[in-house]
Amino acid sequence: MTNFSDAFAAALGLVLSLDASLTEIVGLSLQVSLSAVAIAALIGLPVGAAIALFRFRGRFFIVVTVNALMGMPPVVVGLIVYLLLSRAGPFGVFGLLFTPTAMIVAQVLLVTPIIAALTRQVIEDLWIEYEEQMRSLGAGPGRAVPALLWDGRFTLITAILAGFGRASAEVGAVMIVGGNIDHVTRVMTTSIALEVSKGDLALALGLGMILLTLSASINAGAYLIQHSTKRWHA
Amino acid sequence: MTAPRSTPESTPQILPLELDGVCFDAGGNRLIKDISLRFEPGLRTVVIGPNGAGKSLFLRLCHGLLRPTQGSVRWQLGSSAARHQAMVFQRPVMLRRSVTANIDYALKLRKVPRRDRADIIDRVLQQTGLRRHADQPARVLSIGEQQKLALARAWALQPQVLFLDEPTASLDPAATHGVEEIIQAIHDAGTRIIMTTHDLGQARRLADEVIFINRGRILERAPAERFFEAQENDLARAFVRGELLWWHKGKDNRKQIPKPKEDI
Repeated sequence: MTNFSDAFAAALGLVLSLDASLTEIVGLSLQVSLSAVAIAALIGLPVGAAIALFRFRGRFFIVVTVNALMGMPPVVVGLIVYLLLSRAGPFGVFGLLFTPTAMIVAQVLLVTPIIAALTRQVIEDLWIEYEEQMRSLGAGPGRAVPALLWDGRFTLITAILAGFGRASAEVGAVMIVGGNIDHVTRVMTTSIALEVSKGDLALALGLGMILLTLSASINAGAYLIQHSTKRWHA
Repeated sequence: MTAPRSTPESTPQILPLELDGVCFDAGGNRLIKDISLRFEPGLRTVVIGPNGAGKSLFLRLCHGLLRPTQGSVRWQLGSSAARHQAMVFQRPVMLRRSVTANIDYALKLRKVPRRDRADIIDRVLQQTGLRRHADQPARVLSIGEQQKLALARAWALQPQVLFLDEPTASLDPAATHGVEEIIQAIHDAGTRIIMTTHDLGQARRLADEVIFINRGRILERAPAERFFEAQENDLARAFVRGELLWWHKGKDNRKQIPKPKEDI
């Protein structure tokens, strides 16, 4: 147990002293996950809204697929992106494998279905309520999209935070396409996996604490947004 | 002050509205049966009838929210007539934003220039007594105030025709009174009113003419005074007298309708 408490103390020391290698890792993690979530939101919000509002052939299939993709195992996504980006793959010429860009691509694939599926649900419910009034005012589904996204903003923020939670917590995809290269593609989750297997618990624990704090603050933020804005979306 | 955007007098008239042989089917049932009529400008028409008679469907067909299965609904300006109409629903649909922003959005959809909107919004809020709520989220207002806001939003569009689908059905008497006053004011400002209600008192208070619908058919249309004095149709008479078993007289009428239990 002393081993554990020593490691814990050392971890706290690393965090409080803003250890250079630790901040580098945290910085890269945030950079990768935030970029991925931003891109995923740009794709997922309009796509989700479009699936919610338009009736077309194969819509049922798309809804089911997007919902199923929400639960895609990160290692599988990692493998697919690996195959696409590897030298022999279709996008091999870009030489993106084992770069932060490859990690962002993988996380975009992981997060977009989450944002799209949740957006579809939110927008579909809003449209049921708004449709007649909107049509009466002269807005069909197409023109109503911006208004619906805006009116669903508080719920959609939680959808985006859910996406960020998934991106920052997953290890499988970034490990495979990033390769956990020190100073290049090492992020919090991959280095925790590495340090634990090496037996260096201090850094792993320190990163674990930061990751936990991050996810706790995301959830607290989501709750506060929901709560403090209740009167707008009741 | 900017000049008013447009007055009903200065824009081309969309009335009269003509319905010709309009039928509407849903789920294999004919819910609206062969309605032909004409709405001229000016009056307040109140459509009455029992629940499920097709009053709301009738309004939606006129307003263009539903397409008739058969027959035609013709406005004078064709498809551009839509922008000179507005509709207020039984349950007010408020966007998740402020009172002001709710009206602003409607004006934006009708392409009213931004510089004109503030004046219009201020005027209709004043006219509907909602000015002190201008910056509040619309959805925290009471249902009665939300319905007034729905009327203010409709009024801001300066429609030539305003449809109202049981606008006071979920309101208490005080709120009902407020809403009726606003409807009257909108009419006084030159808007044609076509509304449904199941409140006969309201029909007496507001109607210039009455249309009685039962089972998807118009059974009587008459000036309000004459209608309430003596109904020509015996179903209408039973309805107005509040005879609970009034529909027994319609037994033959009922038999023509396939699978009545599946009616909504």
